[in-house]
Amino acid sequence: MNKTVNQKAWLFVIPVFVLVAFNAVVPLMTVVNYAFQETFGSNVFAWEGTRWFKQILQSDRFHAALGRQFTFTFIILLIQIPLGIGIALTMPKKGWGVPTCLILMSMPLLIPWNVVGAMWNIFALPDIGFLGHTLNSLGFDFNFTQQSGDAWFTTILMDVWHWTSLVVLLSYAGLNSIQPAYYQAAEIDGASRWDIFRYIELPKMKKVLTLAILLRFMDSFMIYTEPFVLTGGGPGNATAFLSIDLVKMALGQFDLGPAAAMSLIYFFIVLLVCWVFYSLMMKNEVKS
Amino acid sequence: MAKVTLKNLSHSYLNNPQKDSDFVITDVNIDWKDGGAYALLGPSGCGKTTLLNIISGLLVPTKGQILFDDKDVTNLSPVQRDIAQIFQFPVIYDTMSVYDNLAFPLRNRGLSENEIDAKVKEIGEMLELTPTLRNRASGLTADGKQKISLGRGLVRSDVNVIMFDEPLTVIDPHLKWVLRSKLKELHQKIKRTMIYVTHDQTEALTFADQVVVMHEGQIVQTGTPIELFEKPKHTFVGHFIGSPGMNLLPCKIVNGEITLSGQRVPSNSSIKKTNFKKMQVGIRPEFINFSKEGIPVKVSKVSNTGRHKIVDAVSEAGKIKILSNAQDEIPSGSAFITFNQKYTYAYGDDWIIE
Repeated sequence: MNKTVNQKAWLFVIPVFVLVAFNAVVPLMTVVNYAFQETFGSNVFAWEGTRWFKQILQSDRFHAALGRQFTFTFIILLIQIPLGIGIALTMPKKGWGVPTCLILMSMPLLIPWNVVGAMWNIFALPDIGFLGHTLNSLGFDFNFTQQSGDAWFTTILMDVWHWTSLVVLLSYAGLNSIQPAYYQAAEIDGASRWDIFRYIELPKMKKVLTLAILLRFMDSFMIYTEPFVLTGGGPGNATAFLSIDLVKMALGQFDLGPAAAMSLIYFFIVLLVCWVFYSLMMKNEVKS
Repeated sequence: MAKVTLKNLSHSYLNNPQKDSDFVITDVNIDWKDGGAYALLGPSGCGKTTLLNIISGLLVPTKGQILFDDKDVTNLSPVQRDIAQIFQFPVIYDTMSVYDNLAFPLRNRGLSENEIDAKVKEIGEMLELTPTLRNRASGLTADGKQKISLGRGLVRSDVNVIMFDEPLTVIDPHLKWVLRSKLKELHQKIKRTMIYVTHDQTEALTFADQVVVMHEGQIVQTGTPIELFEKPKHTFVGHFIGSPGMNLLPCKIVNGEITLSGQRVPSNSSIKKTNFKKMQVGIRPEFINFSKEGIPVKVSKVSNTGRHKIVDAVSEAGKIKILSNAQDEIPSGSAFITFNQKYTYAYGDDWIIE
């Protein structure tokens, strides 16, 4: 089949292009503008070149926030992906259990992010929260507002509660698209349950899992609202992930130049990791 | 290797079947000899895949028994039954190589790597997969993948029965011939009982020594391809097998003879009972001749297929198709036809009267 070349087709892209320009490109350019200049208010700017970038890249504060960010993302991926697959495998395939499970699974995804933060804040309060109070009465010294370990524990638990469903739903969709003949053939070949998972289910879920990992990486790497409401980045800077640190710098200290430079670096890290991840996955795809 | 016996087999997908219509298979009885090539032929939805899955052990029948060599296997799993099954769509393990795919069923049964290697190479050779043994299975074409599915079934020497569930559906027409003759050849070579499910009469008739024709969950006839062609026991077999299918015309019985629009039609049926709701005469297009006298028809269309002429004619009793040789002269307009008595049968309520 020959594709016809028609340059006029580009016209169809114009509306989207205009829309994206206004909600993404123009604001981003403002950020770029701030990143290379010093501003003293009332629209007075002075050229600073790459100074803010050097400052951010060399600052211990940025390194620490970046470290926390990667640690957080790594931990939640490590928990959510296997847990999500595990739950999807145990979900019923037919009958009334299917809609029940699907609705229950979608619930956390439908709750606004700041509400999730507020819920978990109250839930984990050491004196009156159900989780906090229970842990304390069981003899654990739990206080997420004062001990950084507890703050991390609560934040991770909250994220797992909020987002594992997404992995579950994607994996479930992937599992359901497997033809029954595969299971029948495996049964006849004498495959064990583990073999079925390893050689049929996992390879067939590869595409949806790639998507799940990418989505969970991006979202968790940019997480802001929930930890902001839950811990506000504290105690101290214990849970101040990149975005929280960024907002502190931009709106708390009003250091617009360094904050803009940090935004751009942050943006490029996300872009880079996604690109590397995606091209690795695709390379595998082409080979097979 | 085993002979397969099905006894009074009925199956319903409902937990608590009540009516006859709840059953997808009703009262099936089959005796298949060890080492034979059999086909289950029927249109989509006639229950042939269900029957196959019951034989392989993927389904437990609601009623009845399955015996392998007179041993009851009704409640055994597919692994315990030692059967192989090839599905409609190629089932391969994407992440494994062709070699590992073929070795998989053997490894699961704990054979030593030396034995496995010998077996896999032998089967690879037989299916002409040797050059691709080390390749990843997911990179192969549809027929290559189906060969792997086939290979995984053939690689085990202990299988009782090999079952094929419309295995050539996704294969290109010209490769269908290649794979089908390959199957036939393999059957000659390894002499295992093979059961082949299909809705394609050509596939069934070329593959099998014995064809079982299914219709609405029941077996309507079992026989060799020639028997099915020359003496269809049910009107369904008559029009399902053959191209074009059998002519079936409503008729009357007068003094034990078929009477078609007032004319006596000699037949191979001896009719003793006439209290049927529906009475038909069946004759294949191949066995009708034009003559000077007989049943009057009007020729409405002649299509030439190269070797044959298919004549559409209209009689008082209904439309009739006639198959003549390409060189035969076909009368136009009004004509008379006669039926070859040997192949003319009466059907009462769709079943043959012999």
